Amino acid sequence: MAIIEVKDLVKHYGSQRAADGISFTVDEGEIFGILGPNGAGKTTTVECIEGLRTRDSGSVSVMGLDPERDAKELKQVLGIQLQESRLPDRLRVGEALDLYRSFYRNPADPERLIESLGLGGKRKTPFGKLSGGQQQRLSIALALVGNPRVAVLDELTTGLDPQARRDTWDLIEQVRDSGVTIILVTHFMDEAERLCDRLAVIDSGKIVAVDTPSGLTARVSAEQRVRFRPSAEFADALLLDLPEVSAVERNGAQVVVSGGGNLLQAVASVLARNHIVAADLRVEQVSLDDAFVALTGKSIEN
Amino acid sequence: MSLAKLVQTEARLFARDTTSVVVGLTLPMIILLGLGAVPILREPSADMDGIRFIDYFAPSLIVMSVGTIGLTNLPTVMAGYRERGILRRMRATPVHPAKLLAAQLIVNLVAALVASLLVVASGRIVYGIPLPESPLWFALAFVLGITAVFALGMLVAAVAPTARAASGIATVLFMSAMFFGGVYLPRFMLPDAVARIGDYVPPGVQTLLDSWNGETPAALPLLVMAVVAVAAGATSARIFKWE
Repeated sequence: MAIIEVKDLVKHYGSQRAADGISFTVDEGEIFGILGPNGAGKTTTVECIEGLRTRDSGSVSVMGLDPERDAKELKQVLGIQLQESRLPDRLRVGEALDLYRSFYRNPADPERLIESLGLGGKRKTPFGKLSGGQQQRLSIALALVGNPRVAVLDELTTGLDPQARRDTWDLIEQVRDSGVTIILVTHFMDEAERLCDRLAVIDSGKIVAVDTPSGLTARVSAEQRVRFRPSAEFADALLLDLPEVSAVERNGAQVVVSGGGNLLQAVASVLARNHIVAADLRVEQVSLDDAFVALTGKSIEN
Repeated sequence: MSLAKLVQTEARLFARDTTSVVVGLTLPMIILLGLGAVPILREPSADMDGIRFIDYFAPSLIVMSVGTIGLTNLPTVMAGYRERGILRRMRATPVHPAKLLAAQLIVNLVAALVASLLVVASGRIVYGIPLPESPLWFALAFVLGITAVFALGMLVAAVAPTARAASGIATVLFMSAMFFGGVYLPRFMLPDAVARIGDYVPPGVQTLLDSWNGETPAALPLLVMAVVAVAAGATSARIFKWE
């Protein structure tokens, strides 16, 4: 069931079209990713959903509420984590949660949030003395303290170290498992691939594709590659005869077999029949990065 | 509920800021106590219509109390909140950031009131400076003066893009208010024209002095304070940006 519906959303800044006819729906209980390079219109799109920006045209509905008309009601059920928003340096972790809690009708238990976000030892630490990762976790806690049905998280792991990123991902999955629908704005492929049930790829204010991460990669190419070092010599024809195999290349001692379908199993069984052991066997698939480049014609890093 | 919590939080943050507490709340009182320690300043003087310097100077220290908090602390904090995205963050909650602004106003008004009370009370207790002899006129002059100063402070917060810019603009206004309010040079030493202009510069030191001495203050300066308060207040409300 769709909990968020965005239809033909348009938002200009002067002559620049930040959102140029964006449409998608988000189902209840899913983690929906919005992926795109910087300046693609991701943040503009979610800000129109949050009611922080007024759209030029199109319609947006979140749980049946219009973010502009029903702004106050919507903010009771929407948890928002903003890019680059800070708190007063002298405000302590516990006080921040206590304050933001008072803004909502049915707030969450701040103690449990503090614990589950690993801020238990930091209750009395002022915001200005927290590390980047701790500030980010507090910002997630503030987005969740209103007990939201939908949470919008914008670039939530930017600036975190690898361990903190993985911890944050685990946390987001826990939040989803507790029944919260999540919109995740990101420009990290690994994050999108790991967390998102579905993804909208945005480029230059337009939706390029909406699909599951594996659906997106499958769209680009179904080709796989198997690499290995054979224990004995064999003729390429041995593999080329297989219907799954499209090409065999040799790279020194290494053999690279390209093809589709159940490539790995087909190759492995032929090798086994011929008593050839495949050492350093690896299967390579098209990554989300490759898919993104194919869909938008550019790398996400630029 | 949320406003009470915001006031509580902003009051805590104010109290944790050593500069705002020491300079904003107690410096005017410390200056008064320091000046009063000089014997000659406790002698009646012909320059000041036969009253003592410390009696004459106390209203200027009220100007300082109100100015430090309303023209320096208030706009810098509010512009900083905008610059750091704190107002924007509140827009993402059910509570509008106007409530945070209201909480800031309340906390700063109370602080200015406390700083002024400290001047009046310490002057009374330590040096026998009489309490304002026309309390109602004094209250009116004080309320109109503080409102005008705070409205100007809000105007600075509205136009300044950053805390640094707010602090820069506010310093100019603050120093003007201090100069015309006779804080830098006692007003009997200022050229007459400057002292007369000073009657109309918020918060209006002459109306405070007159009502303190039991006289009825002139109507025009009071009216000017009211006009400044309404005009600056309305303009800042209209142009104030939340992000």
